[in-house]
Amino acid sequence: MIGELGHAALILTLMLALMGATVPHWAIARGDARWMAQGRALAVAQFLLVVTAFAALTEAFIVSDFSLRVVAANSHTLKPLLYKITGVWGNHEGSLLLWVLILTLFSALVAVFGANLPTRLRTRVLAVQSALVVGFLLFILLTSNPFERLAVAPLEGNGLNPLLQDIGLALHPPMLYLGYVGLSIAFSFAVAALIDGDVTPAWARWVRPWTLLAWLFLTGGIALGAGWAYYELGWGGWWFWDPVENASFMPWLAATALLHSAIVMEKRDALKSWTVLLALVAFAFSLLGTFLVRSGVLTSVHAFATDPERGLFILAFLALVIGGSLILYGMRAEALAPGGLFQTVSREGALVLNNILLASYVGAVLLGTLYPLILEAVNGDQISVGPPFFNFATTLLMMPLLVALMAGPLLSWKRAKLGRALAVLAPFVVTALLIAGLLFWARAGGAVMTLVGLALGFGLLAAVIGETRPAQGRWLKALARRRRAQWGMTLAHGGLAVLVLGITISEAWTTEVLTTLSEGEGVAVGPYRFELVEIAPKAGKNYSAVAAHIRVMEEGAVVADLWPEDRSYANPVTQTSEAGIAARAQSDLYAVIGEQVADGRWSVRLYNKPFVAGLWWGAALMVLGGLVSLSDRRLRVAAPARPKKPAAQPQGAVS
Amino acid sequence: MTRFVPAVAFVAMVALFAVMMLSDRNPKEINSVLIGRTVPDFALPTLDGGTAGDAVLKARGKPVLVNFFASWCVPCRAEHQTLMDLAARGDLVMVGIAYKDRPGDTRAFLDELGNPFEVVLRDETGDVAIEFGVSGAPETFLIDRDGTIRYRHWGPMVGDTIAQRLAPELEALGLP
Amino acid sequence: MTVFLVALLALIQSADGPLDDSAAELRARALMREIRCLVCQNQSIVDSDALVASDLRRFVRTRVAAGDSDAAIKDALVARYGDWVLLSPPLDGRTLLLWGSPFGFALIALGFWVVRRRRAPPAEPAPLSAAERARLEALTSGQDER
Repeated sequence: MIGELGHAALILTLMLALMGATVPHWAIARGDARWMAQGRALAVAQFLLVVTAFAALTEAFIVSDFSLRVVAANSHTLKPLLYKITGVWGNHEGSLLLWVLILTLFSALVAVFGANLPTRLRTRVLAVQSALVVGFLLFILLTSNPFERLAVAPLEGNGLNPLLQDIGLALHPPMLYLGYVGLSIAFSFAVAALIDGDVTPAWARWVRPWTLLAWLFLTGGIALGAGWAYYELGWGGWWFWDPVENASFMPWLAATALLHSAIVMEKRDALKSWTVLLALVAFAFSLLGTFLVRSGVLTSVHAFATDPERGLFILAFLALVIGGSLILYGMRAEALAPGGLFQTVSREGALVLNNILLASYVGAVLLGTLYPLILEAVNGDQISVGPPFFNFATTLLMMPLLVALMAGPLLSWKRAKLGRALAVLAPFVVTALLIAGLLFWARAGGAVMTLVGLALGFGLLAAVIGETRPAQGRWLKALARRRRAQWGMTLAHGGLAVLVLGITISEAWTTEVLTTLSEGEGVAVGPYRFELVEIAPKAGKNYSAVAAHIRVMEEGAVVADLWPEDRSYANPVTQTSEAGIAARAQSDLYAVIGEQVADGRWSVRLYNKPFVAGLWWGAALMVLGGLVSLSDRRLRVAAPARPKKPAAQPQGAVS
Repeated sequence: MTRFVPAVAFVAMVALFAVMMLSDRNPKEINSVLIGRTVPDFALPTLDGGTAGDAVLKARGKPVLVNFFASWCVPCRAEHQTLMDLAARGDLVMVGIAYKDRPGDTRAFLDELGNPFEVVLRDETGDVAIEFGVSGAPETFLIDRDGTIRYRHWGPMVGDTIAQRLAPELEALGLP
Repeated sequence: MTVFLVALLALIQSADGPLDDSAAELRARALMREIRCLVCQNQSIVDSDALVASDLRRFVRTRVAAGDSDAAIKDALVARYGDWVLLSPPLDGRTLLLWGSPFGFALIALGFWVVRRRRAPPAEPAPLSAAERARLEALTSGQDER
């Protein structure tokens, strides 16, 4: 019964969304303010209905209602309650419903908090959002209905892939979807602006907080995904340049570029058509990611079970939405006259450089992801494009970006003297380079790239600190006067520096030992000694395992105890490796237990991974920076429009 | 016209996806690079306790079908009837290579389902499988009368794939 | 049944241990990182528990121990599995576009930007009007935009 309620709610939402996608445009054409206002109510109603549907599906998972095909295929009565709930989106159908839930949530947020937007723009935005809802709901109802009943309900479900029974991964999709779907707002703003041919600096100001919000979630979502790979997959790695990982990285890069170009547009009324294009492209990458995960056109460890019919449906949807918007862009962009001017050496110029590099990078990542497919289509050759290519592209394009990032925030708007910025930076960067050189020397060197990475990481960190120093007057006083938006930038850029250091150091100085141990035996890993204290069978709630106790010692003193497990789940039959990890600031101690080899010894993988913490701290700082920036009154979504911006009101606007 | 570059690039990408999705390719299947090459040299113990090498696959007067299988491999069980049918035709030399399997288990497997093979070789380490570019069981190679590999069947020979893929290859060797 | 199967697989798996010579082992591991696992998708054979990955690790180690060069070992794998097995695609006519793309895209973007600026060179703004000058006077005490 509850299932039918959910189903009905989705059908009703579809009708409201159809209305919401069409009526407002008609109302604008007629100048009918009453009907234009209905868009807001429609958006909120859609959200409430999808909440109902989502709650219905969640209830079915909690009570293990196996008459629903999705529940039978993906749940199990013995699963812990938490994973019954997170299992709702651990499958194709449920995750799509989550996607629509978030999409309608964002529409509702715009409807409720968008009071400062010109009515016409808001109405158009909500109408575009409704059109997106129509597309996704059709997809759900026609090909992936989560409320489909089975003729005969099985007594027990198939269970959830145990790899997904992890809190990091349970939170990873919602977080990522908040990011992906959040970019739909930027997309809808862009389409609305293109329809009306009206793109102003105020537009950039309105789009930026929404983009920032989406960017925050994307950053967090990607970090959670990397953390899941690190903790759960048990290979010691956290990023594999898998197509699905790239699919989440590309919208992130596009959103990052958008955040920066929107600043120039807001300040200087320049880069208008470029910024609008980025807004379209960022969401296009979100949809592309969804397509890649669900179509099976590329293989990936993360992909959902695939089905060509669904793949073609999303492809058609993708073609319609993105293709349509890009054609609209082609027709209208010429009308977006470039505005204010600035010198090449200026803050704007630095931001343009940022955009050139980020756009090239996202292009290279896209090409690398699709290249095997392209080549196979052209001449049937099969090749792999793996980490070596992506690392090459990252090094080539991100090194200049990091260098530019050191000086960029110190350049003044419109025209700047590079020499002055460099003079301010010099003492900081020189100190940083010394630190990098000393550290490199102390660790007995390594590859040249390690030194470069250290120099860039420490250099950027120092530059970020140096940037906060005022030209004259007391430093502390200047810190107190800084606006939150500036703090946001400082934190996010500092986070990037920490991230660079984390990547460089953990990649360069990890010690990995692959060996076999018997109980009581130990082995040296870097400065530490790992000892297999005990290994014994263990029974979990829905799995059985071999659990090891590995003690890590340094100069005779116990540093950490690691508890790696090799788990066997029965429903569905899967083996997972739970790494034993002691996460510490200076280095992670990481142990994975493998199979028993014939003579009673166990194969183990042991790592000492220095400064992996830098990855998580860096990501956390970036998220924090975004949050702080978002809390700046100037940028706050709900903040009343400044009286200074009357020019932004399009003709015929009714507030 | 540069304004339309994004739209054009996007359309090209969608076309690429559409073509690749509508073709019946399996993205997991890697084409064999051994097609057109002579059978690699190797020597392996047989299930009967003897030794045999690439000679059993070459110059036998008839085309040879080599099947990598294992008792622990579930799809192998599924395709076994196809192998029995192919053996019954009599115009193929059937050779089995037990991949990473223990002799006792292999024997039990063949006793239970029937033995379509003239000879069964034991590749317990999987080294010979690497020589053939095999990524897992089951995989099947079709070798012509001159000892040249003509076709590799990836995965189980069941259902539509027999008529669509295997049959034309047999025909090309003059076996209707 | 499953437990039995897993134990069985462990038994038939032949030794996949590191080489005794630590320098050779380091070279082998660096090489393995560039070899793609055949059945698990987008992972190197270092990062995989698959049976064939373990065999390929042994293949690499055996050849490293025998003193084969990196290139020879890669060639041997390509001869068996094709270019697909290399995570780093070989630079040739087919992949020139790919390997050139990071540099090429940046160049195109930069060129596009320069051409657009040439077309509309950054002119000096028009001189201030009297009213603007007066307003400027009033504002000079204010802080700069940064």
